[in-house]
Amino acid sequence: MKLSGAQVLMEIFKEQQVDTVFGYPGGAVLNIYDEIYKSSDWLKHIITCHEQGASHAADGYARATGKTGVVLATSGPGATNLVTGIATAYLDSTPMVAITGNVACSLIGRDSFQEVDIKGITMPITKHNFMVKDVTRLADTLREAFSIATSDRPGPVLVDIPKDVQIATCAFTPAKGAQAPKVPALDAAMLAQAEKLIREAKRPFLYVGGGVQIAGAGDLLIKLAETIGAPIGASMMGLATVPHRHPLFLGMTGMHGRYAASIALDKSDLIIAVGTRFSDRATGNKQEFSKNHKVLHIDIDPAEISKNIPAYVALVADVKLALTALIDAELPHSAPEWLAEVQALKAAPDNHLSMDASILNPELVLRAANQRLPQDSPVATDVGQHQMWVAQYYHFQKPRTFITSGGLGTMGFGMGAAMGACIGSGLKKTLLITSDGSFHMNMNELATAVANRLPLIILVLNNSVLGMVRQWQTMFYDKRYSNTTMNRPTDYCLLAQAFGAKGLRLETLDKMDSVLDKAFSLPGPVVVDVRINRDEMVLPMIPPNGTIKEMILRG
Amino acid sequence: MENQRLIISLLVNNESGVLTRISGLFARRGFNIDSLSVGETENPRISRITIQAAGDEYVRSQIMHQLGKLHDVKKVALMDAAQTVLRELLLVKVHANPDTRGQVLDAVTVFRAKVIDLTPTTMTMELTGECTKLDAFITYLDPLGIIEVCRTGVTAIGRGDYVLKTNEEE
Repeated sequence: MKLSGAQVLMEIFKEQQVDTVFGYPGGAVLNIYDEIYKSSDWLKHIITCHEQGASHAADGYARATGKTGVVLATSGPGATNLVTGIATAYLDSTPMVAITGNVACSLIGRDSFQEVDIKGITMPITKHNFMVKDVTRLADTLREAFSIATSDRPGPVLVDIPKDVQIATCAFTPAKGAQAPKVPALDAAMLAQAEKLIREAKRPFLYVGGGVQIAGAGDLLIKLAETIGAPIGASMMGLATVPHRHPLFLGMTGMHGRYAASIALDKSDLIIAVGTRFSDRATGNKQEFSKNHKVLHIDIDPAEISKNIPAYVALVADVKLALTALIDAELPHSAPEWLAEVQALKAAPDNHLSMDASILNPELVLRAANQRLPQDSPVATDVGQHQMWVAQYYHFQKPRTFITSGGLGTMGFGMGAAMGACIGSGLKKTLLITSDGSFHMNMNELATAVANRLPLIILVLNNSVLGMVRQWQTMFYDKRYSNTTMNRPTDYCLLAQAFGAKGLRLETLDKMDSVLDKAFSLPGPVVVDVRINRDEMVLPMIPPNGTIKEMILRG
Repeated sequence: MENQRLIISLLVNNESGVLTRISGLFARRGFNIDSLSVGETENPRISRITIQAAGDEYVRSQIMHQLGKLHDVKKVALMDAAQTVLRELLLVKVHANPDTRGQVLDAVTVFRAKVIDLTPTTMTMELTGECTKLDAFITYLDPLGIIEVCRTGVTAIGRGDYVLKTNEEE
């Protein structure tokens, strides 16, 4: 059977069980789109307004489902528009395959129309990338791309396919059946050391990162925590992995972490860090962070061990495997005093600081939205204050429901990601919590949401300023509000209507329930303009490179 | 922690862009490459790269692990100086007229270099050896007037049974 390169791509999609692709057509992918046209009975293609939106959608889809997100773009600007989305996926270890068309091989290197070296551009932000110049290599290269994207620590892979390779034909041999990825065995000596470390610990603390969710090991983590009597804190990427209601769960640690989580981490004598890379936002001052406790670091990526925080003992392993082994090791429970202390911290007034409840504030809005949304529905955010408030006040109970850009901190991530997560979840009602700053970056995708009739609720926490930057200007730049006060008269209700969505305005606390009830009752995309105070802060805050002693609790 | 000289041997896929991936990784993570040499191996699909770098324990560990993550890198090994033969090739051109040639030729004899080109005003030599020997040769020639220096960078091979194999072959 002879197939064209474009047909080979469709066959590989089938093999890899890809049924949804996000993308945008163009000159260098016309042949691929021609095959997509013929494949509409099994392949859903979502056309976005901009390739960046498509890349974030593929990312959101992957985060919500655990499957590989696929995005497709044409050469040149189509390809470069993917860059932020690919980098976002790379920093948060999302499995993604990006397919780009390129000019024909004979035109490569001649600065042809819409030619760009996307392989060169994306080298530092992909796990690996390929340019396929020989159609007979296409099928295996694509298989390899999917394998790399999902194996070990997942990440994005880009495959650049020149136009003539899409047209050229070759014999196609279906795959012999997927090979199970190799899982490296646990190092027995290191495991013994890890067990010894936990046995000796009096005040263990389990610190959960995004890797636990990726490994699907939340339940195992809870089991270990219960076995050894350790409280659980999470990095932002680790949120939603452990149900918020679990008695041992303290919430997020780090720069804007919860009081109890940060203090308990500081007071622990052993941090068992699982699937996390100790980002600077999570640790603050690294020297101080490393004092007074040992670190047992469990991660699949050997390069993360001792990269940011020195590990006393490290297990380079699949998180599931390592946690199972530790659970089976019959480790002792920590002293009752430790958990008593932790529960006291959890109950401490400083762990329950609230915003002024006499006015409409983000905390109240988020708690009200939380009550209205089913627990298994995705919640996406953009980046900034609203994102931190979600991390603090939204009580996630199910894995893969919190869709947010952690490592790269991509403003504009939310619209695309929410659409991808919504589609991936089988069109569950999806909440996007964003802000006026972030929403303005990629609000064009509202058109995509409307066109696909996505059940999307978009809460724009509107303070007319770039709140997070303003907060830093307030705290560290003597209130010089350089370029953070927006004078944008955008009418979000009219805007929503113009796109064909519904728009609602929420200005006062007394209207909160009725407006949110209305928003949650509408079927299609709805934008709610939520007016909040521009001086609302994200607290607690540990200043950048600061320590737990410098935690700011009140504004 | 003190900086040590690191000799890193890599077996990589012989494909376009591999060198960019490796040099890009060093640049992006802020590690310096002191020298790099590359060539095909006995297997035409595999190239061997020898990198000389410097770094403390942290840099060493990060270089090794980050290189190991590159998909095109099939083996990465830190070479033990005591168990490794290191060589570098130097080509050097100096000013030399019939009056000054004698001084240059003394050095050629002592360092066991080879004269590979001669004109009425210049002499060009080749010398192989460890970097320190090449450095000493250059230091001697410097006052005589060096015109051009070309060095290949270090290449390294393990002694005896120590053979580098790709992870798949092992």
